[in-house]
Parts: sequence; structure tokens; C-alpha cells
Amino acid sequence: MKSKLAAAPYLIWMAVFTIVPLGLVFYYGLTDQDGNFSIDNLSRMGMYTNIFFRSIWLAVIATVVCLIIAYPLAFILSRMDTHKQGTMLLLVMLPMWMNFLLRTYAWMTLLETNGVINKILGFVGLGPFEMINTQGAIVLGMVYNYVPFMILPLYSVMTKIDNSVIEAAQDLGSNSRQVLMKVIIPLSKPGIMTGITMVFVPSVSTFIISRMLGGGSNMLIGDLIEQQILGTSYNLNLGASISIVLMIFIFMIMAVMNQFDDEEMEGMII
Amino acid sequence: MKKTKLLSNLYLVIIFLFLYLPIFVLIVLSFNESKKAGSNFTGFSLKWYKELFRNELIMSSLWVTLKVAAISTVVSTVLGTAAAVGIHKMKKFSKSIVMNVTHIPIMNPEIVTGISMMLLFVFFRNFFHYEFGMVTLVIAHITFSTPYVILNVMPKLRQMNPHLYEAAQDLGCSPVQAFWKAVLPEIMPGVISGALMALTYSIDDFVISYFTAGGASSQTLPITIYSMVRRRINPQINALSTLLFVAVMLILIIKNVIDESRQKQTEKRGGGF
Repeated sequence: MKSKLAAAPYLIWMAVFTIVPLGLVFYYGLTDQDGNFSIDNLSRMGMYTNIFFRSIWLAVIATVVCLIIAYPLAFILSRMDTHKQGTMLLLVMLPMWMNFLLRTYAWMTLLETNGVINKILGFVGLGPFEMINTQGAIVLGMVYNYVPFMILPLYSVMTKIDNSVIEAAQDLGSNSRQVLMKVIIPLSKPGIMTGITMVFVPSVSTFIISRMLGGGSNMLIGDLIEQQILGTSYNLNLGASISIVLMIFIFMIMAVMNQFDDEEMEGMII
Repeated sequence: MKKTKLLSNLYLVIIFLFLYLPIFVLIVLSFNESKKAGSNFTGFSLKWYKELFRNELIMSSLWVTLKVAAISTVVSTVLGTAAAVGIHKMKKFSKSIVMNVTHIPIMNPEIVTGISMMLLFVFFRNFFHYEFGMVTLVIAHITFSTPYVILNVMPKLRQMNPHLYEAAQDLGCSPVQAFWKAVLPEIMPGVISGALMALTYSIDDFVISYFTAGGASSQTLPITIYSMVRRRINPQINALSTLLFVAVMLILIIKNVIDESRQKQTEKRGGGF
């Protein structure tokens, strides 16, 4: 069949601009500046353990907070009238359509030492509090930016949970806690897993949120990579090495998450 | 029962406050006369809007953003639609390999995609003579948006009657004609939604552009915003945010109205197709 040929330009494109670049990340990551094979850069990773742990820790907190916020919200949305659901979902997603930088910037204005929140607290005689340039501010930025990624997959699995299933559990004597633990959570597991990946991955690899809300003292993996690639300590090889570690770490997380998630992913992404 | 209703409404209100209050504050501050952003509201003024429109860097980078988005959307839509048609016909094994690679730019953290492309362009400079700029930027945008087109078109191909293409050929179409007249109209909704996704991702992208753009001539709006806000508050950005928010809101409202009226029409026709 001829129509298979239609994919040829894309296959070439993909090979040159997706596969070769990934190969180059490994090439640069495993060589020194003269192009000789070396794992020096990889073994220097030990120096950055605290940055890695900080990134992972903050991303984990942000993911958990997102899950806690999004779970009840997604459930409430999924139980509304179908007409209302569309509008509500639109309202939840609307801020997402603003550029990511502007959303983060909005929090800079709020959290600054002479920013809006401190001004308001000042009227009641509180503060000023040091809110910007803290790890809390970074987590807040992650939650604010990525919580829709948690809401959407949760919502889409929860709309599939039939009310009669919940009623059946109640008829059989479950109290509301049992309904939640034995019916709703197990049925929404695929959504939970997708949501976790979709929040965790951008959180753990961000450099903008930490730069804008975290000040200089709270470097994350993303900052470290960016600094090697475009920043002051220009070292492509080291930057590539850190990228390899980050990539492998994320693929491991995804592999674990996929174990729980046997549903078709395609609908989620769209 | 009434109590849970009340609680869930309260919860919705809190979430919406969390989502919208920051944007609302930006909008209010964009009309604030005071130079010191974040300070008290000293008086209504449109001067930040005027300054915004007089800011040549912002205007030129807006132009760059639109150009890059237009080119990359057209190319990735054509490339992706053709690819989807081809992939659809592949055997199961090669199909799954291609689809896995297609997922790489979506699954990989943006920073890794950005760096991998930058390394490619750095590496190629050993052999060719060029600078980072519009071309590298457009190539990067096409690369990350084509997978979204494919993922939007594939389901439509799967839903399509597989004999349609053959039927068109039996009735005298050449394979190319059969594609244009029988296949494309069927998959059009997927092509359009894929193109729209490519367009929005391209306009919105910062991270990948940041690593693949060159100097001022290929500086997109998000890059300009980043250079303006990364350390300090800038009231022009408040004005810009307000304008973008209003634009997005209008687009989504219009889209919703269109969708709804279309839905009503199909309901009138008695559902079905």
C-alpha cells in the first residue's frame, strides 16, 4: 500500500529531530569537553545530591497537595448536571490558557515583601511576612500552575463512575467512608496515576518557578541544568549528564505509574 | 443532603478564589497609576497600556511569536496528518514503535526536549554554518507540536469506516483523490483540533524556545516576558496579562457559544449524525 509512504516525511523528521537529539544528550553526557569518553560528569552527580533531593521533595509535596485539592473538586464536578459540568470545567481551565510565566508572575506580585498580601495583612497589624524566596512559595507556584493537570484526568475517570454503583454500595450497608475507600478511589485509580505523573514531571524539572518565586538560594534540578547550558557555568557536558539522570529518574517513575494504569492514555492527553 | 450541597459549593468558591484571585489582582494593578507595583492603588490610569504598546521589544516579539506559530502550525498539521494516515496503515509492531517515539516529546520534561534540540543545533554547527534564530526555533516548534496533531487525528482514522477509501477508489478516484474526497472530510475534526493544539502550544511555549531561539530577531513573547519579570515586578506586564486574559476569555466564550448552538442543531435534527 502506498499510503504507508505518507508517514515517511514524519519518520525522517522524528529521527533527525527527536531521536538524534536524545542520542546527543547521551553523547555529550558521557564525554568530556574534548569529546573523549568519560563518566566524570556523571560521577560528579554526588555533589548535587541536596539539589536533587530538594527538587524531588518539593515536587512530591506539590503533587500531594494537588491531589488533595483536586480530588474533591473533580468529584463535585463529575456529579453536577451535564450542562453545568461543561461551564465549570471551562472555568477551571481558563487560567491555564494564560501564559505560564504570567501565572507565576501573578504570585510574585502577591507574595512580595511589600506585595499585596503583606499590604493587606499590614492593615490588620500583621506581618510583614517573608513569603517570597521560600520553598513554600515554590510549592505554591507548582500547585497553582499544575493543579489543572490533576483535575482533568481525575474528572475524566470520575464521570465514568455511575451513580448507581455508589448507591448500590450504600444499599449494601457501606457508610460514606467505605464508599470512598472501596468504590470511588479504586475506580478512579487510573486518573490518580495519570494526574500524579502529569503534576510531578513538570514540577520536578521546572526552573522558572524556582527562579521567580524561590530566589537564588533554592536551586532545583532544572536551575542546575539551565545554569550549565545557558548560564554562567557554561558546561554542556555536565548539563547533559544531569539531564540523563533526570530523564532516567522520570522514566522510572512513569514505568511504576503505568503499572497501575492500563487504560488508553490517548484521551487523557487531548 | 443539603449540608453536603452547601459544603461542595463552598469548596468550589474557595477553589475558584484560589484560581482567579491572582489574575484579578494583576488586572486591578494594571490600572494603577503608581510606579511602584504592588503598592497601594493611587489612582486609575491607562499609562501602562500606552507604554506597553510603545514597547518595541514586546511588539516585535509578539510578531515573532505569531510568525513562528503560524509556520509551525501549518507544517506540523500537514506533516502530522500525513503521518497519521501512514501510521494507521502500519503493522501492529512498527505502529507501536512509531507511537512510542511520538510520545517522547510529550512525556519528556520540556527542559530535556529543549536541551536535546539545542545540543543538536550546536552539534550541527560543526558541519554547517548558521546561527540560532528563526529556523532553529521553527524546527523546534514543529517537532514538539506534530505529535499532538498525530494524537488528535489517529482516533478519527480509527473511527472511520475502513472501506470508505477503497470504495472511493472503486468509484474511480485516484488514491490521492480518494484521500481528499473521502478520507480528509471524515478526519477533519481531528485535524482541526490538532492544529489548534499545535497553535496554542506554540504561542504558549517558553522552555523549548528559550533553549533554541537566537538573538532579538527570534525572541518570542514568552522569552521577552521572562526577561522582564524574572527578578522584578513590571507594571507593563500587568497590562499585558490583562489583555491576554481578556483575549483568551473572549475566544473561549465564542467557542462555547458556537459549540452550544451546534449541539442544539443536532438535537433538533433528532440526534445521530
